[in-house]
Amino acid sequence: MITHHIPDDLLMGYAAGGLSEAFDLVVASHVSLNDDARARLSSFEALGGAVLEGAETAELADDSFEATMARIMGTAPADTVREEAKAPARHATFPKCLRDYVGGDTDAVQWRPVGMGVKQAVLPTGDGEATARLLYIPAGQAMPDHGHNGVEVTLVLQGAFIDEDGRFARGDIEVATQETEHTPVADIGEDCICLVVTDAPLRFNGLLPKIAQKILRI
Amino acid sequence: THAKTDEAHWVARLVAVGTNRDQAAFAELFRHYAPRVKAFLIKSGADHAMAEECMQDVMATLWRKSHLYDPGRASVATWIFTIARNRRIDMIRKSRRPEPDELPWGPEAAPEQADVLALQQDSARLAEALKQLPEKQRYLVERAFFGDMTHSEIAAETGLPLGTIKSRIRLAIERLRHSMGAEA
Ligand SMILES: [Zn+2]
Ligand SMILES: [Zn+2]
Repeated sequence: MITHHIPDDLLMGYAAGGLSEAFDLVVASHVSLNDDARARLSSFEALGGAVLEGAETAELADDSFEATMARIMGTAPADTVREEAKAPARHATFPKCLRDYVGGDTDAVQWRPVGMGVKQAVLPTGDGEATARLLYIPAGQAMPDHGHNGVEVTLVLQGAFIDEDGRFARGDIEVATQETEHTPVADIGEDCICLVVTDAPLRFNGLLPKIAQKILRI
Repeated sequence: THAKTDEAHWVARLVAVGTNRDQAAFAELFRHYAPRVKAFLIKSGADHAMAEECMQDVMATLWRKSHLYDPGRASVATWIFTIARNRRIDMIRKSRRPEPDELPWGPEAAPEQADVLALQQDSARLAEALKQLPEKQRYLVERAFFGDMTHSEIAAETGLPLGTIKSRIRLAIERLRHSMGAEA
């Protein structure tokens, strides 16, 4: 099954804090680029707020309030907090949450060739369950034909790709699951960069890509 | 309604902390929310000592970031929930969780009073709807937010009025984008 909108369970999982780090990264990146997803995420967070408001209470330590005030007085003033909430850099290809993982924008990525001009960079998520990587597909180039052993979430950051399901441009997300086989082709206009998160290795259908999969662990 | 008045009250308290560093307002917020945040952390699997520590950190963050609170986009409880959730994950991972880029507030982009009121009403309706849910369904929703597995069926099955909140926030974002465009 394929969906072109980020599914509710991913957004709700992000709102509840139940996703692994790689999935947090792709959801946060998508929400940064898509206002509809941002509004849907906010509605799930509103539900979290309602749960907190209506939930039971726990007994506090005797000096709880005083200890908290001591923390407040011992930490940086409000002005330094303002800095981190500042507007993201204009003209950046990656949203800020992704730049934090890359160490910069597109020019800071440590690409490794995968063959046929395709390059990838695995991002360090310290995540046993899922893998986040950036994929670079030259304009007009096809990705190897592949199926999926688990969920694959693809977010387009630059250019566009086309597959059996349509055209996906910057900010668009595609979620592919077990039954899906597709052959994404980068649109001719521009080289395509995607953030791809998988919770299982991809199943490639050709022999050569299968070997590549073993060596490159994609 | 009672809930709506409550929400307006907490918004006023939090805004007082944000604009005037009002310690009495903060003490009031603390009395109401600190025991809820601590209970949330305990239900999420923290022991009492860790929950107390993490809760104090959450409430200190509330003080430091209060000037960034936007009553046109989230209720007070929702804003505190997101701080507590992020803090819980950061403690488990020992690194900062990736968060969506902030939409920057331009100098003239203060939230419209009508938006703020409407969001408060929607939030009150949502809280009321949650209260009215059959025990089993409410339990499921709570488990999802206390860090259990995510339940994709919750939104579909419970009929909670999430759509209204979504449209409300969508409008606020559009207004914000518009004012940013006008400013540039
Ligand atoms: Zn596809
Ligand atoms: Zn795929």
